[in-house]
Amino acid sequence: MTGVTQATEVRKTGAGESAEAVVEDLTPPPRSRSKVWIVRLISIVCVIGAWEIFGRQVNPLFMSYPLAILKAGAVLVANGELFEALKSSLWTLVVGFTLASTIGITIGLAIGRYRYVDAATDWIVNALYATPLIAIIPLVILWFGLGDGAKLFIVTILAVFPVLINTASGVRNVPSALIDVGNAFAANERQVFMKIILPAVLPYIMTGLRLGIGRSIIGMVAAEFFTAITGLGALIVKYGNQYDTASMFVPIFILMFLGITLTSIVRKLEEMFAPWRGTDE
Amino acid sequence: MASDSIKLSVRNVQKAFRLRPSLGEKDDKERLLQVLGGISFDVRQGEIVSLIGESGCGKTTLLRIVQGLIRLDAGSILVDDVPVTAPGRDRGFVFQQATLLPWRTARQNVEFGLELQGLSKADRQTRSTELLELVGLAHAAEQYPHELSGGMQQRIGLARALAINPAILLMDEPFSALDAQTREVLQVELMRIHEKTAKTTLFVTHDLDEAIYLSDRVVVLAAKPGRVKKIIDVPFKHPRPELAELRIDPVFQEIRREMWTLIRTSTQVAA
Repeated sequence: MTGVTQATEVRKTGAGESAEAVVEDLTPPPRSRSKVWIVRLISIVCVIGAWEIFGRQVNPLFMSYPLAILKAGAVLVANGELFEALKSSLWTLVVGFTLASTIGITIGLAIGRYRYVDAATDWIVNALYATPLIAIIPLVILWFGLGDGAKLFIVTILAVFPVLINTASGVRNVPSALIDVGNAFAANERQVFMKIILPAVLPYIMTGLRLGIGRSIIGMVAAEFFTAITGLGALIVKYGNQYDTASMFVPIFILMFLGITLTSIVRKLEEMFAPWRGTDE
Repeated sequence: MASDSIKLSVRNVQKAFRLRPSLGEKDDKERLLQVLGGISFDVRQGEIVSLIGESGCGKTTLLRIVQGLIRLDAGSILVDDVPVTAPGRDRGFVFQQATLLPWRTARQNVEFGLELQGLSKADRQTRSTELLELVGLAHAAEQYPHELSGGMQQRIGLARALAINPAILLMDEPFSALDAQTREVLQVELMRIHEKTAKTTLFVTHDLDEAIYLSDRVVVLAAKPGRVKKIIDVPFKHPRPELAELRIDPVFQEIRREMWTLIRTSTQVAA
């Protein structure tokens, strides 16, 4: 009897798959992916080519062009300046972002889980999240001076809110049906938290981290602008002041790659932790 | 199959829900909706008893009270003559939607209750293998819920409830969200599993045929407030023939007609 019933369900599943296949036929066939890449590549070549050509016509004080930036980059790599700046920036970013994640996840879980913690903190969270916190950098420098403390504080306070808010909303959005499952199987509070709430919130936390990384980088650069001693931001200010536009573009590009790389790493982690959620953004 | 010893006893259970005053209503005193107005019946060892009734008669509420998910206002639930008020491992619950944990494989979902009890990994593995085989899904052990069909998910939900070896199985319209064909397949499966495990089962449904086919007795509820209208014995011996065959039996038709009349008249009275 079991054999028969299984066969029935397998057939059903098969039907479902073929239905999906029909839907997929409406979207471009897979080989067009390479065509998409060809178009993208042409676009990249055109834009960079145009920049190279027109960039050379402009006074180098106002604009640079790709080849000059590459040359400047080679110089900055050779004399170690870029590496020093990158090391300093990454340290600020990693420590600040780790602090922000730890604080954001912990407080976010508490706010999402306990109504009274939420009531006590929601106004300040909303107010601070809405404030462009870059505005408090001069104050932070008054408190911490121009050293690492100020940079860490700024990176942390900028990155903490997206993590915190996403975590808290994740906890609030755990389907009550799943909590019921825990209750029905006589789970205690700790088990409900560890085995149901935490895994259910994980994808939200990852989204918060991804948004937090972007803000961390902004915070890091802004802080380095103001302190202007070390880091990629300081490098930008330095070459800006020297009217060396080509060298100024080098750290800008490094920041761009940093942003792209870190964000896509977290996006991969997001998919890894929640393969059932798909890409719903 | 059913012996005479009483496994589960529902004694004069009452439950009212508070209704929030609707907008614009002048007096804002809370109104109470009496959902269950004193329900009593017994389930004997090894028996399958169905609760049936129109929507709003409180059958799901009653089942959740038996599980301990909802507190009762008055009355008592006795399992083996001992009153129960909170969820316990002596009762296994199968939900209307399978509600599997999406981050766990089929096997890990089956092991959920065992994990909460602190069973060793080896013991859990042995038990989950046993149950996956029982529900015919040994081959899907490492798949995630979103990779399983609705029927397969509900089988895992059943395996999860049976894994903790509860004294009583509580099933809340477990097949209602499935298509007709899968539903019949799973009804047959449930009967087969019941032959093997002889679990005392309380089954909520709104499907008359399903109630008759699966049950030794059917408790017909009336609504507003929910109360027992009649308890009907289903005389067919186990193992039973297929539902299609059973349907043409005059006794089946007689029971079905009686149930239909009971439910319909209670609806008209309420309306």
